Amino acid sequence: MGSKIVTFVLGGREVEVMVKPMTTLQAVLRYQLGYTAVKEGCRQGGCGSCTVLVEGEPVLACLLPAEDVAGQQVTTLESITPVDGLDPLQQAFLDASGFQCGYCTPGMIMVSKALLEHNPRPTREEILDALAGNICRCTGYEPIVAAVEGAAQAGAAPGAQRR
Amino acid sequence: MVKLRGTGLSAVNYPTGMNLGGDPSQALIHATTSGSFVVSLSATDLGQGLRTVIGQIAAEALGVGMDDVVIDTADTDTGPHDMGTFASRATHRVGNAVIAAAQEAREALLDVAEDELEAARSDLEFDGQGNILVRGAPDRSMKIADIAAAAQFKYGRTIAGRGVYMKPRSPVDPETGAMDPDSTEAHACTVAEVAVDTDTGEVTVLSIRSAYEVGRQINPALVKGQIVGGAWMGMSHALYETTQPYYPDPAYSPKDFSEYLMPGAYEMPKIECVVLEYPSSNGPYGVKGVGEMTANSPIPAIVNAIYHATGVRIDELPVTPELILRGLDARARAARLAETSTTPDS
Repeated sequence: MGSKIVTFVLGGREVEVMVKPMTTLQAVLRYQLGYTAVKEGCRQGGCGSCTVLVEGEPVLACLLPAEDVAGQQVTTLESITPVDGLDPLQQAFLDASGFQCGYCTPGMIMVSKALLEHNPRPTREEILDALAGNICRCTGYEPIVAAVEGAAQAGAAPGAQRR
Repeated sequence: MVKLRGTGLSAVNYPTGMNLGGDPSQALIHATTSGSFVVSLSATDLGQGLRTVIGQIAAEALGVGMDDVVIDTADTDTGPHDMGTFASRATHRVGNAVIAAAQEAREALLDVAEDELEAARSDLEFDGQGNILVRGAPDRSMKIADIAAAAQFKYGRTIAGRGVYMKPRSPVDPETGAMDPDSTEAHACTVAEVAVDTDTGEVTVLSIRSAYEVGRQINPALVKGQIVGGAWMGMSHALYETTQPYYPDPAYSPKDFSEYLMPGAYEMPKIECVVLEYPSSNGPYGVKGVGEMTANSPIPAIVNAIYHATGVRIDELPVTPELILRGLDARARAARLAETSTTPDS
């Protein structure tokens, strides 16, 4: 099968990409479009570092064929980052020292973003549940949970796509 | 089902750096035309925050703000010599090297400042805020950035400094075995509480509470990050992580990330810490290494807590449910045997 053109909406802007069948969304975002916040951790859905939002729901971009997002809204960490500043969730991660090496951070923020959009006042249990598919090897998770709690308290929830 | 609870303790003296055949770190500093300072290193920031703490140390030692310092790390093709980031050595070794390099760079700044400010060297002082002042003449001062620019554009000089910290090789005394293996030692005490399920052999860590003595803290938030993250890592080593099969057939060894066991956010216990500061004599501003020890002290504390809870003494890692169940069985068998042998035959 040959390549085909897939059109989707990335951070509010329509993009067209030429993809071979079964090319993952992660590969398209990171390598074709240069969205380097979309990490390539395990390429098997085991670590969560490639998490992006499709139609507002967190998905593992490393397992999703790019063709599957045709016509849909895709949101990456870049999409939620204002041109000059930080999304309140990013600020909350900064305030709580919710990262060390930073590799898991984009995925952690994207699942937290989806959580707070759906549930602006999550319980600690609900936060743990949301983060359960994302691996962090540096922080011991507690600072990440604290960041999400901090963002919820600051009312960081519904943020429009800015870029 | 019975859940047995236990508490375990560990105490650690942790070396900063290694002896090896000598343990050097080098640093080079130069001023750019914009008046900022580039610190070139080959030590690596793994996420522990080396760039941040070295930025703090360089800014302090140069007398400028952190925004005026750029840390350029970890290109070992082009950077100055460094043994690397391991053995909790980087802040100690690199920090000392950076202070030495900053001192040389300050001398180069003073060479220019003498001419620019028309003052004797002995009358010049750094204010720690990015300026050089003439003592007793507050109106006669210059920004370090301007002095650096003057050096390059007016005098044709460089503002640069070289620094090295070297822990010399320490040979072993053949008679006594004595040697000097490290530069300084940090200390820790960790108390872990666990619950052990006697049906499944599963261990739940309820809390990890530690006191760490780490010398002077350059950055308390990063120290706390090491301690909390290290507690997770220690718990992970104690109970989960192995590349060996859990059961005799190699087919059961973890093959990839999805089968390699690690605790996640759900498994995290309550983590508390206290930090004590007894500055070292030879670290930059009294630093000792904090990194690795935080992943080490929880392990014996957890294993001791399991022993306290169950009476089963485990001497291999990770402590799998299988090891605990076999240990409980062995204890039950031994107890039965003791009972039979003390029962009179008749």
